[in-house]
Amino acid sequence: MPTKKILKTITIHLEKIITDPFIIRGIIAGIAVALVSGLVGCFVVWRRLSYYGESIAHSSLLGAGIGILLGIGINFGVVFVCLIFGILFLWLQQSKSLSSDTLLGVIAHFALAIGIIVISFNKIKIDLHAFLFGDILTVSSADILGMYIGVVIAIILILSNWSSLVLVTLDEDLAKSEGINPLYVNVLLTTIMTIVVALSLQIIGLLLITAMLIIPAATARRLVNSPEAMVIVSTVIGIFSVIFGIYLSVEMDLPSGPSIVVVGSILFFFSHMFGIFLKKE
Amino acid sequence: MNSLISATDVNVSKSGKTILKDVSIQINKNDFITIIGPNGAGKSMLLKCIMGFYQPNSGIIKRKPNLKLGYMPQNLDIIKTIPIKVQKFITLKKKFDKISLQKVILETQIENILDKQLTILSSGEMQRVLLARSLLNNPDVLILDEPAQNLDISGQMHFYKLLQKIYSKRELSILMVSHDLHLVMVSTKQVICLSNHICCCGQPQQIANDPEFLTMFGKDMAEVMAVYQHANKENSKNNNNSLGENHY
Repeated sequence: MPTKKILKTITIHLEKIITDPFIIRGIIAGIAVALVSGLVGCFVVWRRLSYYGESIAHSSLLGAGIGILLGIGINFGVVFVCLIFGILFLWLQQSKSLSSDTLLGVIAHFALAIGIIVISFNKIKIDLHAFLFGDILTVSSADILGMYIGVVIAIILILSNWSSLVLVTLDEDLAKSEGINPLYVNVLLTTIMTIVVALSLQIIGLLLITAMLIIPAATARRLVNSPEAMVIVSTVIGIFSVIFGIYLSVEMDLPSGPSIVVVGSILFFFSHMFGIFLKKE
Repeated sequence: MNSLISATDVNVSKSGKTILKDVSIQINKNDFITIIGPNGAGKSMLLKCIMGFYQPNSGIIKRKPNLKLGYMPQNLDIIKTIPIKVQKFITLKKKFDKISLQKVILETQIENILDKQLTILSSGEMQRVLLARSLLNNPDVLILDEPAQNLDISGQMHFYKLLQKIYSKRELSILMVSHDLHLVMVSTKQVICLSNHICCCGQPQQIANDPEFLTMFGKDMAEVMAVYQHANKENSKNNNNSLGENHY
């Protein structure tokens, strides 16, 4: 009876997951990440902002260091510093003298380097590995509460500005003709990306945050035909990747961030092949 | 008559370069104004100032209170990466009622492509969709920035015919940047020739004989314009082919 055997193994595994508070906290926190990254990731994909997201993520280490030094907590430090850098990047992107990816590359890696130096101060005891690749074991109940507050703020901000965001994405001048200020929308998007980075740091790790933004949205792209559907599908894909990735990470003792990203990437390749198949039909 | 939009002595300079110098322009009811000029002449900048997207360094721009503007860009910044249907795009962030939506759909002949994805439209379909969107709020002034730039010659003719039909049926004024002067000759009432400053303006016939126009566009263009005013439709079709794409 192979089916019975499989069911039994699944039950045992499920029991193990459900009874382990670390895993449960990790999954609940991971779902928080997926809820916003699916939403924001669509805009990152539409507007080709992946390098911009990467740059914000790179400055998060400095934020964490400053947060600990000043005693205001890692999350606030990250949001504070990332927001400053995010707006700095936004301003740099307007510059025409050097291409924006060069400027972003300079500033983002400067921020990363300073961040690593700040973190290496003796006073700060921090697990660099966990910061780079994510560690669900570091998630506390208080963290989860903070994360869901961030999630609610980000979702409300996006949904209440939904059509403005989509229109600015399609064409800035067209948006202006409807009385929308593109600068306002860009600052809004930067703020939300900053929140996503702060949220994802513990689960995904700063090196892979951009992957969490892009992969679920890119996976959804081929399967949908409206912006709303893309957001919903990419969120579902994100949640699935998080749950399955964390399960794998616990089961095989892998770092959580890379496991989640690997699961998401496999889904991406499947959807890509499915998309090609659909087109042929 | 009170003008709908008036711009007086508009000056714009960016990083030391003069883009617009003492440009004044008035748009009255039922005007059909075409702006022509070489690349970098500040045509798009003038439109931006008139629509209020850009604050000029000096000059006064007055719009009649509650004036409704319709804006049709040349193309969209981003089309390929975002999945969105035509109908959704047209109505996105627009105030409209069902009747005007239906009217616009029929006018611009897009009833068959409403459910299509924006990504797979042909350039001709895309231009009609952009036009439909700009007409949805029943604008008093329609502003078009090189609307037929991406079309082939028959697509251009088709588009300008459509525009002419809409202009004659609706109560609106049109301000358009276009290189395809030979094609809009019939409809346009006033031509403004812009090269950072207004070199000459007037009715198409006058413009064609203006010395400044001749120095800027050469005798060929002036002759082409003259031909278009007198030629009947069959003749004009042949001439289009010999002229090819805009090339000034």
